[in-house]
Amino acid sequence: MTTGERSLDGKIVESGLIVLTRWLAGGCGRWAGCAPSEAARIYIANHTSHADFPLILGALPARLRNHTSVIAAADYWRAGIARRYVSERAFRTILIGRDHTGRSQFEQMTGALDRGESLILFPEGTRGSGEHLQPFKCGIYHLAHERPEVEIVPVWIENVCRVLPKGALIPAPMECSVTFGEPTHARTRSLSLHAFPKRL
Amino acid sequence: MAIIAIGIGGALTLASVVKSLFPPSSLAQNLSARIKSWWWIVMALAVASLAGRIGLVILFAGVSFVALREFSAVAASRPADRRVTAACFFVVLPLQYALVGIGHLVWFAGILPLACLALLPVLTALTGDTQDYLARVSESVLGVAICIYCLSYVPALLTLQAARDGVELPLFLILITQASDVLQYVWGKTLASHLLAPEVSPSKTVEGLIGGIGCATALGAALCWMTPFSTAQAGAIAFLISVAGFFGGFVMSAIKRDRGIKDWSGLLPGHGGILDRVDSLWLSAPLYFYVVRALAVA
Repeated sequence: MTTGERSLDGKIVESGLIVLTRWLAGGCGRWAGCAPSEAARIYIANHTSHADFPLILGALPARLRNHTSVIAAADYWRAGIARRYVSERAFRTILIGRDHTGRSQFEQMTGALDRGESLILFPEGTRGSGEHLQPFKCGIYHLAHERPEVEIVPVWIENVCRVLPKGALIPAPMECSVTFGEPTHARTRSLSLHAFPKRL
Repeated sequence: MAIIAIGIGGALTLASVVKSLFPPSSLAQNLSARIKSWWWIVMALAVASLAGRIGLVILFAGVSFVALREFSAVAASRPADRRVTAACFFVVLPLQYALVGIGHLVWFAGILPLACLALLPVLTALTGDTQDYLARVSESVLGVAICIYCLSYVPALLTLQAARDGVELPLFLILITQASDVLQYVWGKTLASHLLAPEVSPSKTVEGLIGGIGCATALGAALCWMTPFSTAQAGAIAFLISVAGFFGGFVMSAIKRDRGIKDWSGLLPGHGGILDRVDSLWLSAPLYFYVVRALAVA
C-alpha cells in the first residue's frame, strides 16, 4: 500500500511501465460517457491482463494519475520480489484480501475516497479470458453503498487480452481501446449486484 | 532545406488562420485538432531529417511499429498466433530496418520479404490450430507487407545514389503524398458533389480526386529542384505518386469498411491513427523508389 510520497525509483519504474504499455497496446482514452474530472471516482474495469492497470493509468490525464490508486489482490501482489516492487513502490496500490475484505482494508478504500483520491477496481476479482465478463465480487457493491455520492465510472478495455493474456510472457503488440462510460452512483440508482455488469 | 521548412510552416500557419475564420462547429474543431497534429508530425519529421539516414530509419521503424499494431488489432488471429505476431514486431521489423540502414537492396527488397512470405504460413501451421488458417495467414502477411515492407521504402530512398547524401528525395515523396491528401480533402469539402465510391469511402469525391491530383502534380513540378529531375519529369513523378497514394488510401478504406471501423486508432487527434496518415504512403513509396532508381541510372 502507498502512503505519502513515493520514491524516485518507483516513479521512474511506473512511468517506464506506462510508456511501455502504450507502445505495446496503444490505448488512447475515449471519454464516451463523461469527461476527465478531479473529483474522487471509482473506475471499474474488465480485467484480462496485467497490462490493464498501466493502460488505464496511461489513458487518464497525467494530473489525475497522481491521485488514483489501484485496488489489487494482496495474495497475488505480495508474492515474489518483482510483484512486490511493482505493487508497493512503483504504483499507487491498495492491497486487499480477495474474498472477505476485512473492515480495516475496507476503510483504506473509503479513506482514500474521502481524501479525494480515485480508485481503479476490477470487480471480477481476477483476470478472465476476455470472452465473457465474470460475475462481480461483492466488494464494489458494498463500497458503492458506503459512499453513495461517489461516481462510479465503468471502463471497458478492449483487445488487451490478446496482447498479454494470463500466463503469457512475450507480448504481441496490438492496438487496444480504453472507453470511459457514463458514470453512475448508488444514490440515484438502486444498484443491485446483477445490474452492475450490464452497465459496463 | 530552409525553404521547405518555411514553406511547410507557412502553410500550417495559413491553415490556422483560415480555420479561425470558420464558425465554431464540429468541422472547425476537427480542423484545429488536425492542424495541431500536423505540427507534431512536421516536428518529428524535421528532427529525424536533421539526423539524416539513421534518423529517418528510426522514425519509420517507429511508424511501422505503430502501424502494424493498429493493423494487428483488426486482423484475424487466434490465441495460438501470439508468438508469430510477436516475431513480426520484434524480429522482422528491426531486421528489415537494419537492412535498410545498411543499404543492402537484395536483402531488404528481396530475401527478407520472401522469407516472411514463406515463414509466416509455416509458423502459423506449426501452431497446430487450423481454424481460419487461410484468413490468419493472409492477413498477417498483408500486415507485414503494408506496415513493414512497403513503409520501409521511405528511408530506403536514402540508399539510392540519386539521394546524394541529402534527405530531399524522401521529403519530396512525403510532401507530395500528404499535400495530395490534404488537397483532395480541401477540394472535396469545397466542391463536393459526386461521391467516387460511396460503398468504400464516404469522403472520397471525383472533384477532390481531380483537383487534388492536379494541384499535387503542379506542386511536384514546382519542387523539381528537390529532385535530380527536370520540371516535366518531377511533375510526372508527382502525378504517379498522387495516383498511387490515392489507391493506397482506397485499399485501407476498404479494409476499414470491411471491419466496420472509422479510424485505425485515436493516436493523432483529428486524423485518427498513424495508419490513417500513412495509408497513402505505403503504395507510393516503393513505386517512387523504383521510378527514381530507373530514371537516375538511365
